[in-house]
Amino acid sequence: MSRSEPAPKRRHYRPIPGFSLSMGVTLFWVGLMVVLPLAALVLMSARLDAATFWATITDDRALAAYGLSFGAAFIAASVNLVLGLVLAWVLVRYRFPGRGVVDALVDLPLALPTAVAGIALTAAFSPKGPLGAFLADLGLKGAYSRLGVVIALVFIGIPFVVRAVQPVLKDLQPELEEAAATLGATRRQTFLRVILPALRPALLTGFALAFARGLGEYGSVVFISGNLPGKTEVVPLLIMTKLEQYEYSQAAALAVVMLVASFLILFALNRLEKQRKKAAPRAVPAGVPA
Amino acid sequence: MSAPAPRRPALADPIAAKATLMVVAFGFLSLFLLVPLGIVFISAFKGGFSTYLAALTDPDAGAAIRLTLLVTLIAVPLNVVFGLAAAWALTKHDFRGKGLLLAVIDLPFAVSPVISGMLFVLLFGAAGLFGTALADADIKIVFALPGIVMATVFVTFPYVARELLPAMAAKGRDQELAALTLGATGMQTFRKVTLPNVRYALFHGVVLCTARAVGEFGAVSVVSGHIRGETNTIPLHIEILYNEYQFTSAFAVATLLVLVAFVTLIAKKLLLRTESQGATA
Amino acid sequence: MLMRSLASTLVALASLGLGACSSKPADGSVSILNVSYDPTRELYDAVNKSFATAWKAKSGKDLEVRQSHGGSGKQARAVLDGLEADVVTLALAYDIDALAEKGLLAKDWAGRLPNRSAPYTSTIVFLVRKGNPKGIKDWPDLIKDGVEVITPNPKTSGGARWNHLAAWGWALRTLGSEDKAREYVAALYQHVPVLDSGARGSTTTFVERQIGDVLLAWENEALLATKNLDKNAFEIVIPSVSILAEPPVAIVDKNVDKHGTREVAQAYLEFLATPEAQEIIATHHFRPRNPEVLAKHAAEFPKVELLEVDKDFGGWAAAHAKHFADGAEFDKIWSKKAETK
Repeated sequence: MSRSEPAPKRRHYRPIPGFSLSMGVTLFWVGLMVVLPLAALVLMSARLDAATFWATITDDRALAAYGLSFGAAFIAASVNLVLGLVLAWVLVRYRFPGRGVVDALVDLPLALPTAVAGIALTAAFSPKGPLGAFLADLGLKGAYSRLGVVIALVFIGIPFVVRAVQPVLKDLQPELEEAAATLGATRRQTFLRVILPALRPALLTGFALAFARGLGEYGSVVFISGNLPGKTEVVPLLIMTKLEQYEYSQAAALAVVMLVASFLILFALNRLEKQRKKAAPRAVPAGVPA
Repeated sequence: MSAPAPRRPALADPIAAKATLMVVAFGFLSLFLLVPLGIVFISAFKGGFSTYLAALTDPDAGAAIRLTLLVTLIAVPLNVVFGLAAAWALTKHDFRGKGLLLAVIDLPFAVSPVISGMLFVLLFGAAGLFGTALADADIKIVFALPGIVMATVFVTFPYVARELLPAMAAKGRDQELAALTLGATGMQTFRKVTLPNVRYALFHGVVLCTARAVGEFGAVSVVSGHIRGETNTIPLHIEILYNEYQFTSAFAVATLLVLVAFVTLIAKKLLLRTESQGATA
Repeated sequence: MLMRSLASTLVALASLGLGACSSKPADGSVSILNVSYDPTRELYDAVNKSFATAWKAKSGKDLEVRQSHGGSGKQARAVLDGLEADVVTLALAYDIDALAEKGLLAKDWAGRLPNRSAPYTSTIVFLVRKGNPKGIKDWPDLIKDGVEVITPNPKTSGGARWNHLAAWGWALRTLGSEDKAREYVAALYQHVPVLDSGARGSTTTFVERQIGDVLLAWENEALLATKNLDKNAFEIVIPSVSILAEPPVAIVDKNVDKHGTREVAQAYLEFLATPEAQEIIATHHFRPRNPEVLAKHAAEFPKVELLEVDKDFGGWAAAHAKHFADGAEFDKIWSKKAETK
C-alpha cells in the first residue's frame, strides 16, 4: 500500500499538480525567513578583514568554547539518544497509570522558557540544592561546572529523540516481530536485528536535532554553567560578550562558524539518510532491515 | 491503527527487561523533568494561593499573556501554511537539490536563539540593511510586534514541516495519483486525500510549534526592547519578575507555560479519540 | 474547512494586533520611554509616579513614562539598533558614549546636566553572611584561603566592571605597582566560582543558591538585599577604599526631536535633582547628590574613600581599553588562569 515508485526518469513529467504553487510558497518563505536573515549575518561577518576574522574564530577562548559547546552538546545528545529511546519504548509499548501525563511532560522542555529551565535546574543541581547535594557527596559538582552545561543540554534535548522515535515505533508492524519470534529469534535478537534498524533513521534525526539545539543553547546554560572564561564558557555566551562590547562583526563571525558546522552536520545526516534509503528502499515504516 | 501491544505475546518483553526499562525511564524523567518541575511549582506556591493569583492577575502579566497569545496565533498559522507547502513540494515531487532545501529548512534549529534575534536586528535595526528605509517610512519592525513575530517564526520554523515530511513520505503518492485519475482536482486531492492522511502529524507539529513559540526566550529577548506592559512576552515577564527578586511571582507565571504542555496533552487525547471513532464508524 | 477557518483566524488576529499596537496616547497626553538598567526598576516606578503628578500640575497634561529594563550594555545596544528611547538612564557612561559615537546624542552629553549627568551615585561594597563568619573586613581578606567571592562577568555586566576597577584601584594604591595590582586581581578571580552574566544574577547566586562567602555588589543592591530580601541573613562590610559609581542619565537627542518630547524629557531628567526626587532616590538606597537629603540618610550611607573613574582610570574609554576589551587585563588574567588549571 505504501510503496512509492522510483523517481520518474523524465524530469518535467509531474503527475501530481501543485508543484509550482507549493514550491513557490516554500522558496518564498525559506528565502524571507531563513536565507535573507542568514545572508545578513554572513554580510556582517564579512566586514572583518580576513586576518581579523581568522584571529577571532581561532582565539584561545573561542577554541575552548567550541570544545565545550560541541563536547557538551554531543554528550547530551548521546544521553538523550539512549534514554530517549528507552522513554519512547516505555511510552509506546507499556500500559501504566499516568502514561498520558508522562507523555505530556516530554514536551515540557519546549514550552518552558529556557531561562526558567536554567533557574530550576540550577536550584536543583547547585551544591546546596537537593540533587546537587547528592552529587557533592559523590565528589561531583553539578551546577557551575561543565557537568552543569551537559545537564542543561540534556534537559532541553529530551523531546527530540522521544518525539522522533515514538511515531515510527507506533507504526512498526507487529507481524515482523512475531515472524522473528516464530523463526526462533530471541527478544534481544529481534530488537537488535529487526526493531533497531527500523528505528535508526528516527534515532539519527532525533540525535541530530538534539545536538543542533544544544549547540546554540544560551538561556538555560548561562544560569547553570558559571560562565568562567576558558572553562565553562559556551560559544553563545562568547557571542554575547562580543555583542556587549559592540563588536557586531566579531559576534557574527563566531555565529557563522557555528552555523556552518551545524549546517554540515544536518546536511551530512540528510545525505546519510538518503544513501541508506537507496540501499534499502522503504525500510520505514515497513521495518524491513537491509 | 496503532496496535494494542499487550495482546500480542511475541511483543511482550521479559519482566526483567520491562522492569529495568521502566526504572531507567522513570529515573531519567524524575531527575531531569520532575525535579525541576517540582521546584517551579513549590516556588510558585511558596506565598500561598492568593500571592499566586495576584501574580497572574497583575496588569503587566496580563499584557504579557495577551502579547504571547497574539504572537503565537500569528506565527503558528504562518508556519502551518509553510509546512504544508514544503511537505507537499518535497514529498510529492522530485527535483534536484532536495537535500539542500531540507538542510536549509532545518537550519533554524541550529541557530543559537541569541543569534536568531540578532539576525532581525541586523536586517531591520536602525543600523541594519533596511534600517534607513524603514526609518524613512516610519515603520517599526524590531522592538515592536512584527519583530517579535518574525523572531518567533524563525525559531519555530522547522517544527511543522519536520513533522509532516516523514508522515507524507510514508504515505507515498499512490493515493493522490488514484484520486487524480478519478478526476479530482489538485486542491480536492490535497484536502480530501493528503490532509486526512497526515492529520496526526500536522497536529503534532502544531503542538510542538505552539509550545516553542510560547516559551521562546532568547531570540525574542533581543528584538523585544523590554518595554514594560508593551513588548514583554510571558518568558520576558518571568525574567523581569525574577530580576526584581519576585521569585514567587516569577515561578507562578512560569506555571502557566507548564499548563501549555498539559493543554496540548488534552487536545491530543481528544484528537486521538475522534480519530479512532472515525476509524470504527 | 481547515483553510477557511485558518484564514478567518488570521484576519481576526490581524485586526486584534492592530488594535493592540495602536496604544499611542490619545488626545493631549504625552508618553516618553525611559530605557534603563536592571537595578533601577523600583526606583523609576516611584520617580515616574511622582513626576507625572508634577508634570500634570505644571502643564495640565497627562504623562506616561514607559520603562524598559535590562543589562546596561544590552539596553544601550537596543537603543543603538532603533529602540526609540527618549531618555536613557544606564549603569556606565561608557554605554551612553557608545550612543553618542553613533550620533544619537551630542558628544558633550555629560556636561548638559549637573554632576556629570549623574543625579545619584552608589559605590561597591561587600555583602557577607550574618556574623561575618570568614571575618572579611577589607580587600586583602578576599584572597584568603577558603574564601569564595561572587561577582558578575565584567564582559557582560556593567556592575562587574565597577567591581573590577574598585579592586584594581585599591590594589594599585595600597600595593603600589601595576604588577602587584594585576597579581591581586588575578588572585581575586581565583576565588570566584561563578561569573553570572548580570549583577542581579550574582545576587541571586549568593542569596538564593547560597554560594560564596562574599558578594561584591552595588551598595544599593546590598542594602536592598539586607532590607528587603532577608533581613537577618546578611551584613554589609564597607571596604577601606571603594569606587564612586555614577550611573548617568541623558536625553537621546535624535529620538526626542522625532517625537517632539524634548521639553518633557528635559524636565524629567531635571526633576531627578529636585529634593522630592532625591528623597525617593535615597529611600531606594542610591546615594543622593543633594547634601541635605544625604545628611538625613547619613546612617545608611557611611563615608568611604572613593576612587573616581575619570581621575584614577583616565575615563571610561581608557578604562575599557585597558581592562575589558578583548585581550586586555581581564582576558589576560583568565587565559593565564585557564592554563594553570
